Amino acid sequence: MNFVHTMETFVEGKKKILLILLAVFLIALPYMLNSQYLVTVAVKIGSYTLLALGLNVLTGYTGLVSLGHAGFVAIGAYTSSLCAVKLGMNFFASMILGMVVAGLAGVLLGLPTMRVTGTYLSIITLGFGEIIKMIAMNWSSVTNGTLGVKNIPRPSIFGYDLTIANNGLYYLMLVLVLITTLFCIAVVKSKTGRAFQAIRADELASTMMGINITSYKILSFVISACICALGGALYASLIGYIDPNTFNFDVSTLILSIVILGGMGTIRGMFVGAAILIAFPEVSRFLMEYRFVLYGVILVLMMRFRPQGIMGWKSTMPYRLSKNVKEQVEKMDKNAPLNLLNETKG
Amino acid sequence: MAEKEVLLKVDNITKRFGGIVAVDHVSCTVRKGEVVSIIGPNGAGKTTVFNMLTGVYEVDEGEIIFNGNPIHNKDPKEIVAAGISRTFQNIRLFSDLRVIENVLIGAHIKTKYNFFQSVFRTKKFREEEDKKTAEAIQLLKSIGLDYRRDDYASNLPYGEQRKLEITRAIATGAQLILLDEPAAGMNPQESAELMEFINKLKDQGYTILMIEHDMSVVMNVSDRIYVIDHGKPIAEGLPEEIANNPKVIEAYLGGVQNDAEDQ
Ligand SMILES: Nc1ncnc2c1ncn2[C@@H]1O[C@H](COP(=O)(O)OP(=O)(O)OP(=O)(O)O)[C@@H](O)[C@H]1O
Ligand SMILES: [Mg+2]
Repeated sequence: MNFVHTMETFVEGKKKILLILLAVFLIALPYMLNSQYLVTVAVKIGSYTLLALGLNVLTGYTGLVSLGHAGFVAIGAYTSSLCAVKLGMNFFASMILGMVVAGLAGVLLGLPTMRVTGTYLSIITLGFGEIIKMIAMNWSSVTNGTLGVKNIPRPSIFGYDLTIANNGLYYLMLVLVLITTLFCIAVVKSKTGRAFQAIRADELASTMMGINITSYKILSFVISACICALGGALYASLIGYIDPNTFNFDVSTLILSIVILGGMGTIRGMFVGAAILIAFPEVSRFLMEYRFVLYGVILVLMMRFRPQGIMGWKSTMPYRLSKNVKEQVEKMDKNAPLNLLNETKG
Repeated sequence: MAEKEVLLKVDNITKRFGGIVAVDHVSCTVRKGEVVSIIGPNGAGKTTVFNMLTGVYEVDEGEIIFNGNPIHNKDPKEIVAAGISRTFQNIRLFSDLRVIENVLIGAHIKTKYNFFQSVFRTKKFREEEDKKTAEAIQLLKSIGLDYRRDDYASNLPYGEQRKLEITRAIATGAQLILLDEPAAGMNPQESAELMEFINKLKDQGYTILMIEHDMSVVMNVSDRIYVIDHGKPIAEGLPEEIANNPKVIEAYLGGVQNDAEDQ
């Protein structure tokens, strides 16, 4: 607790310089790594960070546990890859299309939240993930079935291909992660994010605050789905080949593990969680066979000793007020009238 | 003295749970600016009345008219928007969020910007967010909770959690505030402060309907009192009338009084 406070005070005080250092580090990273393999791992970490940020909106902030998020990743990956391969569409246009399709699927999956919650909802999401896999497998005329989609082109900007070799894919990943992170912060720090967290904490009390539970849950599903589709589109262009098994149940659990390990309901945790859980199997290839056993052990240990996740502490910093509000607070009189009544007083 | 306008009219509402009749043809009227209390022994059906008023339960019979419009069996969020807000007997705060965030969530329906304005941090968003934050702080100051602004709700002592629930209810902009045992768990100093705050709300045009067991609070702040027992209305009137009503004394003291007579 005290340690957290000291650290947060330090970070808060040196925020600008730390951000600059981080930016310089991330920009220079591919040159420091100087290895296509390591850069590929870095892009993979970035892609999974996106997936975790997506699931975190739903599971971390809104409190709805999904076991089928690989389904949204698949929708994003398939839509964008097929548009690129079959229709020759540009990466960005096909990525956005993938997000739209996933968003619509998010509405569909969000609808049952009107009636079901908790474990039952998780089972529905599990079913959703499997259904998407089945569709990818059996709708051969469009998805190529079990053969999958081959030769997915690398994204290109103005005819310039973004690859691992020229680090273009890495920088594309950085930009997408940055935009998504800013988007998530903006959502969380607004009435939408507060409504999500209120629903997570207490649905009845939230209803009594006038929050439309159903529409916020659906919104949370949609945002989550769109972000995961974005991650899926990036991931597909990184690996260049996808088939229905690329997005199996293991992917759903991996994303969930990242969110839990990093710290549900924190944004910082997603980077740490993804870095650990994606880098770990790479550095421990010799452990290949036992990888999932180790995942299990890590998660059990986490649940036992740090259920809030590695980065899951509550901030000890004061709630951020804008300058404008601070000035108003200075002048406030505790006996001033409240003036909050909706209707004119009778 | 001219009668003030009727804000809430509850007409013969009834609620059954299977075999038991939790609320049996209860009626009451609350006028603008009044503080009205509902009292009664444990299990009398008081909280069930609140649950019907706020749309948590549907009424089996009877009707509820608020500001001239029927609101029974409406969706809870429509009822809040119409101007009724409540606190809970067993505190239901957003406990892992900060005090100020709890109040801001209370202001949810009054926070007027849309999703895209918040994502792009438009001027409208910033102005509205600043305005609501300042109002929340003002509210916390006037209830004496501002020094806890940045704390997490779960870290507050019991009495302050109750205060925070009231603050959150007021933040919705409702004109009728339903308080379910606001003084429960408060020490004498805290309940004195609570009474002062209730009077302050009254002065500012709020209307309050309160369930309370602490008789010193009830007798001090209420304009009128309704008494229910086993779901049935048994008395209504001014505080002094209620205090001397034999039916009420019997409901509260029950066997004890009979024992006294036997001796
Ligand atoms: N959801 C429910 N299902 C079944 N019975 C209920 C339900 N809610 C309340 N009751 C019953 O209705 C009766 C009235 O309960 P209620 O909570 O309204 O009493 P109360 O007057 O608020 O009591 P207290 O002073 O203890 O809070 C009780 O017998 C209770 O068991
Ligand atoms: Mg009760």
